Amino acid sequence: MAFLIRQTLVYAVPLMLVALAGVYAERSGIINLALEGIMIFGAFMGVLFVRTVQQWGWFAEAYAAKHYLTLQGFLLMSMVFAAVCGAVFSTLLAFAAINLKADQTIGGTALNLLAPALVLFFIRIIANQNTLNMYEGDAASWFMLKKAMFGYGRKEEMGFLGSTFVDKVYVATYICILVFVIMSVIMYKTRFGLRLRSCGENPQAADSLGINVVKMRYSGTIISGALAGMGGFVYVLTTANCSANGDVAGFGFLALAVMIFGNWKPLNISLAALLFGLFKCIAASYSTLDVNGDGVYYLKELGLNANLYRMLPYVITLVVLAFTSKSSRAPKAEGIPYDKGSR
Amino acid sequence: MKTSFWDKEGTKSVLASLIAIIVGMLAGSIIILIVGLSNSSMGLSGAWEGIRLVIGGLFSTGRTASGSLTFGFNPTTFGNMLFRATPLIMTGLSVALGNKSGLFNIGAPGQYLAGTTASLYIALSIPTTSVPAWLVWLLAFLGGMLAGACWGAIPGLLKAYLNINEVLACIMTNWIAANLTTWLFDIGNLKNVAEGTKTSYVYKTTFNGVATSKLGLDKLFRGSQINGGILIAILIAVVVYIMLSKTTLGYELKACGANRYAARYAGIKDKRNIVLTMAMAGALAAAGAALYNLAGNTEFFWNTYQSLPAEGFNGIPVALLAVNNPIGVVFAAIFMSMLSICGQQLTNLTAFNEYITNVIIAVIVYLAAFMLVIKLWITKLRKQRGNRRVAGGEGKEGAK
Repeated sequence: MAFLIRQTLVYAVPLMLVALAGVYAERSGIINLALEGIMIFGAFMGVLFVRTVQQWGWFAEAYAAKHYLTLQGFLLMSMVFAAVCGAVFSTLLAFAAINLKADQTIGGTALNLLAPALVLFFIRIIANQNTLNMYEGDAASWFMLKKAMFGYGRKEEMGFLGSTFVDKVYVATYICILVFVIMSVIMYKTRFGLRLRSCGENPQAADSLGINVVKMRYSGTIISGALAGMGGFVYVLTTANCSANGDVAGFGFLALAVMIFGNWKPLNISLAALLFGLFKCIAASYSTLDVNGDGVYYLKELGLNANLYRMLPYVITLVVLAFTSKSSRAPKAEGIPYDKGSR
Repeated sequence: MKTSFWDKEGTKSVLASLIAIIVGMLAGSIIILIVGLSNSSMGLSGAWEGIRLVIGGLFSTGRTASGSLTFGFNPTTFGNMLFRATPLIMTGLSVALGNKSGLFNIGAPGQYLAGTTASLYIALSIPTTSVPAWLVWLLAFLGGMLAGACWGAIPGLLKAYLNINEVLACIMTNWIAANLTTWLFDIGNLKNVAEGTKTSYVYKTTFNGVATSKLGLDKLFRGSQINGGILIAILIAVVVYIMLSKTTLGYELKACGANRYAARYAGIKDKRNIVLTMAMAGALAAAGAALYNLAGNTEFFWNTYQSLPAEGFNGIPVALLAVNNPIGVVFAAIFMSMLSICGQQLTNLTAFNEYITNVIIAVIVYLAAFMLVIKLWITKLRKQRGNRRVAGGEGKEGAK
């Protein structure tokens, strides 16, 4: 059970953060189909940052001395760096969609094509293979929280809460939850958030009240890029052992589905993300899943094909969308370039 | 007054596409230059070699003994270019058809996989000892198209009747198709066990004696994989062109694309047309898969649940570059496969790798997003020149 909850969070948290990224863009009126590409780019830049800093030897001492707090600081730095890179990358979309009034779906697709191509081109030149790993060690030994850090011995148990939420988890997951909450509050409880949302509903009206639509849409897209970049890095950190290979397995698109399923609202999104996270977790580890700890692998004993479990998250998405799409309400002005002249 | 050649809509589209291509190539060259200069082992000469291969890789014939690049007509790469263009033409047509009727068909990879699975199963399961090989080929081709049509119709139905965004539905069906394909080949008995060195590959269709006829093209392009498939693809492109521009059905589809609600008001069944468009788009993408996989000299990697076929996604840039014109798709697809040949040469002959061609494609798609702006810009430039001419009193009407 502890394993199931922990793994579900691992999948659900990046999904939820990237879905919120989608909300920020769409609420400001820009369809951000490029979430997948931005995630890939953010993941690559984050890993590259970790690798380069390791190469410089900045944190080698802290690592040798097992100074875990410093290492968590290093992790936080990489997350921020990934977010900044995601934001920079997303300005490409913002420029095309806002300044040039381009087709946002095609612009997003272009970024989705550009990110893996660029990333793989550089990975091949840097690492001479298709995967960029950390310079030394692995994510688990550098960044993962372990019970030994809290003075527990090898044989000692941390209790249910401890082994679920502290042992073998990454602080990154909780930072993401924190960021998710803060950004949701900003969107709903601040003046900036209200203005941003107004640009996605009726930009003409917002403009007539003195809100700078271009600025708001730029902020929406850039925040979206930052969140997606961070989400991408956290995704590869927690699921791929901090290595980038120009692929996040359709997670960006899944986040878009979560966003629509969550009806563009943070609370619904977090619930939707948990649901998908659960299914993703089942797909990834159904054969070793032991829910009540009695040593019986129930799902494995069902004898179903692994492909069925891998297919489930996508099938569920479609089914859920089929039931909820009638009542879903997208921001009214999303996808429409803002034109001052049209009223 | 007759509109001059330079003011025609088609000319502007071609010009805009050419500008996109040139900018894309430039971007790729600049990246190579930067990487080459910042990397001591490559340097300026290495970068210059890379740039020459990106632009003229099609004519590359390797290196001389002294290490300098040689260029010339290479029938093998030419033939391979046309062979690889075949599936791209079909997926390009698939995306273009969707765009014409206002649907963004990002589901081409899934439809492509559906076509692959169905055509391979048919081609390899019907024994050619009792049924003539050409009939098996035809059945496999049509069966693949049918499977693609069914797969494409799913997002169409979801869009028409449940109002689910087709982009999202297509992406989900893509991944479902990837898993389903792996599943079907995993439990089937078509895995290549004859050649022990190859894991996770399906038998070549020649194993059952089924292969697309070469039609003598292999003599024209010696040593390449080319076959009659390219001619079939071009034929289908012409058929789609006629369908779109000369028939009632094509008119209805385009009307739905222009304004779904106006079309409905005019008595066009918009929901039926959405499903029909997606089914046809699916059939086209699947036909591309069938043509590629029935060639006899290709192998399909079935353990593909983690990745989607690039041929499917590359249909998007092909269609955008061709401004959704079925005839233009043929040329755009050949250009794209030329780029991939260039990328291959780049990997073989230099320290750079083929992903730079994907960067070029991405830049082209990015520019295609504001093709309209580029076109307006061309119009403006023309007008300015026209005004200047009138002001200068030259009055050379219709000089161009």
